[in-house]
Order: sequence, then structure tokens, then C-alpha cells
Amino acid sequence: MDKETLFESLRTLTVNKMRTGLAILGIVIGIGSVIALVSLGQATQQSVQNNIESLGANLLTVIPGSQNSGAIRGAAGGATTLTDADALAIETSPQITTIQAVSPEVQGRAQLTAGDANANVPIIGSTPAYTIVHNVTMQVGTFITAQENISSSKVIVLGPQLASTLFPNNPDPVGQFVRLKGISFRVIGLTVSKGGAGFANQDNQAFIPLNTAQMQIFGQSYLSAIGLSAKSQNVMTTAENQVGYLLLSRHHITDPAQADFSIFSQQNILNAASTATGSFTALLSGVAAISLLVGGIGIMNIMLVTVTERTREIGLRKALGAKKKTVITQFLTESIILTFVGGIIGVLLGIALSFSITFFVHLPFILSPGSVLLAFVVSGGIGVLFGWYPARKAANLEPIEALRYE
Amino acid sequence: MNIIEISHLSKIYVTAAGETVALGDVSFSIQKGEFVAIMGPSGSGKSTLMHLLGCLDAPTSGTYMLDGENVENLTEDELAEIRNKKIGFIFQAFNLLPRTTVLQNVMLPMRYAGLPEEEREKRAVKYLEMVGLGQRLNYTSNQISGGQQQRVAIARALTMDPAILLADEPTGNIASAQAEEVMSIFQDINEKGHTVVMITHEPDIAAHAKRIIMIRDGQMVSDEPNKHVVRAKSG
Repeated sequence: MDKETLFESLRTLTVNKMRTGLAILGIVIGIGSVIALVSLGQATQQSVQNNIESLGANLLTVIPGSQNSGAIRGAAGGATTLTDADALAIETSPQITTIQAVSPEVQGRAQLTAGDANANVPIIGSTPAYTIVHNVTMQVGTFITAQENISSSKVIVLGPQLASTLFPNNPDPVGQFVRLKGISFRVIGLTVSKGGAGFANQDNQAFIPLNTAQMQIFGQSYLSAIGLSAKSQNVMTTAENQVGYLLLSRHHITDPAQADFSIFSQQNILNAASTATGSFTALLSGVAAISLLVGGIGIMNIMLVTVTERTREIGLRKALGAKKKTVITQFLTESIILTFVGGIIGVLLGIALSFSITFFVHLPFILSPGSVLLAFVVSGGIGVLFGWYPARKAANLEPIEALRYE
Repeated sequence: MNIIEISHLSKIYVTAAGETVALGDVSFSIQKGEFVAIMGPSGSGKSTLMHLLGCLDAPTSGTYMLDGENVENLTEDELAEIRNKKIGFIFQAFNLLPRTTVLQNVMLPMRYAGLPEEEREKRAVKYLEMVGLGQRLNYTSNQISGGQQQRVAIARALTMDPAILLADEPTGNIASAQAEEVMSIFQDINEKGHTVVMITHEPDIAAHAKRIIMIRDGQMVSDEPNKHVVRAKSG
């Protein structure tokens, strides 16, 4: 394709602007929707991943299994099989080499009041290890200390959203008091916001010492979960096995299928979520690819009309010495220009669309250079693919037939 | 030296209705520097002959030597090359590219021949000046008159310095005053040594040629020198 063919094609395409525009539109919509959907899919995936990762780095969670008495099975998590001693054993056992922090937890919902304000939120009884295991950092004040736990202090740490519900006019409520089940708790700190949307809102909960929660609030000595932080991403599976065997032997269970607890790793959740969002993205991209195909067929249609309309011109060119290859090049150039220009506009449109959607629904905006590059290659490829047949048809016209054509 | 040498050339079209003999057993030769008019009423086979001479179509039988080269059994692309290098076409309907400048139109055959751009432009300007259109280089083909368009077509036909100029009813679509100009150009370039073959059904146009071949019903009925060549008045 030389410079002159390029200019000639551009000149030809600008003659019928309406038709050229409509032909391009199909490609614009096709490429635009592919770009937008791939970008949105990746944004969703990233957002889910961020949410899950914010639960804690290399997090393993042990929850009690269902309470089985005889033939009757209870709900998962309902059993009272996890104890402080289990948590301590995990922390101290020489068999466990891959765990860096153990966070015994008890959780329940309760009403919190502060003056006229009140909220019904999850209350988590926790130890200092909670901050390591669940990636919690403090905005102001401190988290629960070991001393406060041992002495069953009446202290509470609030999530930022909860704090603004209870103390709407006080940005720093540390030192204030809230009431929980008739007991007064002193606020000692606020956690940093984790952007709690969707998956699990971690900004709307409160933390109190584990002992306080067990003895005075929920009246139970067992745990609702043990959060574990593995030493690295690579030892997650080993950690899961080590903890599993330790707990089985502690609970005197020989058949792992009968275990009265379950262990979830963050990786499992992440994988499941990635698979779900991934297949969703693939599905949407498939639909977008169909619109791209339809756009390509539109290009072929326009090029066929063009060839018929310009039969005389083609005949003349052949009479003057244009070889088949020359004619094919000329018509392919036109169709590639159509699809390539459509591709450029489509990429810009797709980016704009994806950017505005992610902006309004508060997702991270992600644009992979790979998908943009692919869009250009695909749009050029469509020009060749769907321009080939019309171009060949033009090149195979007999010069006399073509010259005679009125 | 014979530029064109055809012997026993025939073209038979086979259709559902049977065989139609468009051209039957025609033989003649044309020498370098001749100005020949091929005459005949419509349906006589002169257009078929023109297509064969122009390598736009292949004969059913017979041989055709153009500029010493047998043009039988050539592939489509080889024929395209022959047309590009040895034949300068001038059509009744001018057949210029629309919305394209006069200069670009004239440069087209040289582009197909792969000449460098400078050379193309130099030659195009030279021939356009020769046909009196040196001031119209950047007009598009639909901005000039029919007579001017045909002169552009003549310039385009000359640029590759072809063995023959092949004109098919060159004055059929233009006013008679302009037709006179076109014939004057033909006579001029013929005097410079170019071989001109012109197909026409108008006796007063054919009268400008030096030799007249008459065709009727696919057969050659006469082939004589023109004793009274009419000299066209130049514009």
C-alpha cells in the first residue's frame, strides 16, 4: 500500500460521507463495547479482589462446623466446638510452623447507643492479634491491648462509619462513652476506613476485648471464628493442613470428613470470586464480539455496493494496466481505513464509557494496553477479512464487461 | 515494420440462442506511423475488433501480433502489462476518474507502470501542454468540458509512449467544433510518428485518417488508402 493509494482511498471515502460514517459506526459500536466491557469486567474483578484482600493478608479462617447430635445436623457455624484453648494451641504448638498470628474471635449483633443515636451492628470480641490478621489500622486512638483483654476492660473501638452514626457532630469521639447491653463502654479508637462497599462492610462494626465479649455481652465461652495469618502466600496450603490436623487431633476426630470445623482461605474465596467475575466478563465480551462481527458484515456490504457502483472505474483501471493485485490493494485499503478509523473511534468511545461508568459506581478504572492494542489489530483484521471478498470481486471483473457497464 | 499483424482473427460468442459470429476471419496489418480508421455501422463487429486489438478480450481463433509480440495465451496480469505499455486507449465516454485532477488522471497509467513520481509528473505536464491543457492541471475532470476531457484522455494515452493509440469513437460524445480539435491533435501526433487506430461510424471523422478499413457483418469489406485526407483546423 503506497502513499498515493492511501490518499486516493481517503478521497474516495470522503465522497459519500453519510455512507462511510454508517459503515464505520458498526465497527465503532463493536470495538467500543468490547473495550468498555473488558475494562469494566477487569474493574469489577479488581474491586472484588481488593475487597477480599482487605479482609487480611494471607488470611485463613477457622469456623466451627455444624452441631451434630446423633442423626440431627445443625447449621454450620452453630457448633460450640472452637475454644480459646484451640486458639492457644494453634499459637503455641510446635507442629504449627507457618502461622504468624492467631486471632480468636467471637461475634454477634447488638444495639449500641450514644446519646440519642443508636445503631445495630456486628460486635466483634477480639484480641490485639486481630489487627495483624485482618489488616486493621487505626485512624485515631489505639486498638484493644492484651492488658485490656485480660482485665475484661469496658473499652470499645469503632469503625469510621459507625462512629459518624453514633457521634454525628464529633469527628474525634475517643474518650466518649457508648452503651452496649446496659453497660457503658469507653471509646478508645477509630479504625481506618476500608472503603466498605459490597462484599463486607468493615467500616460499620465495633470491637471490644474478647473476654469482655464472652463473659459480659454474649455469655459464651466458645469462639465464633479463629482468624489466622499465614507467614506467606506460598505456605497457605501447608498452614491449612497443619491447623486442620492439629484441630482434628485436639477434637479426637479421626475421619477428616467428620470434622466439626471448617477452614477457609482467602485464596479460595478469591479464586471463586475471580472465576465468577471472569466468566461474567467473558460472556459480556462474547456479546460485544458479536456486535463487532455484525459491524464487519456491514463493511463487507458497503464494499460490495461500492464495487458494483464503480464497475466502470475498475474496468478503466484494468484497461490502463492495473493488475489484479493493484485492484485488490486499492479496495482492501479502503475497507481497512474504514475499520481502522472505526477502531480508533471505538477505542476512544469505549474508554470514555468505561471511565464514566467506573466513576459513577465507584469502581477502579482499569484500561489494559493489551486490550487496546488487540482492538486495533482486530479492527484492521476485520477490514482485511470482510474487505477481501469485495476486493477480489473487483479484481476479477473483465475489463470489457466493466467498461460496457452503465 | 508491422506494428499490428492479425491473421484469420475471429470471435464467436456462444449464447443460449446459439453461436453469434461477431468477427469472422479478418486479416490485415498496420505499419508503424499509419493513421487508420476502422469504419462500419453499429453491429458490424468493429467494437469486437477494437477489444481484440486492445487486448481487452481474447479471440476465438486466429493470431494477433502486437509490436512483434504474440499476445495469445497470456495471463490476465500479462495482458494488463501489455495494455499499460503498448496501447493508449481513448474511449468514447472519455473514462476519466471522477473527482480526480487532470494531472492525476494523466499520471495513472505511469503509476501502474511503477514510474517514479517526479518522472510521472514531468511527462504528464509535457503531454497536457501538448494537448493545450497546461493551464488546467489541477482542475478535476468534472470541471472541464467534454472536448477538454477527451484531450486529457489523449494525453493519458500518450504518456506511456505506446505502440498504438486506440481510439473508440473518440468524437462520439463531443460537439463538432471540439471534435475538430481532437482530430487535429490526432493528425499532429500521427505526424510525429505515432500509430493511430481509430474506430468510428462517421465518414467525415474517418476522412481525417490516411487509410480506411470497412467492416460489415464481421467481415472486412474494404481496405484502402484515403485519397482525400481532410486536414483538421487546429483550435
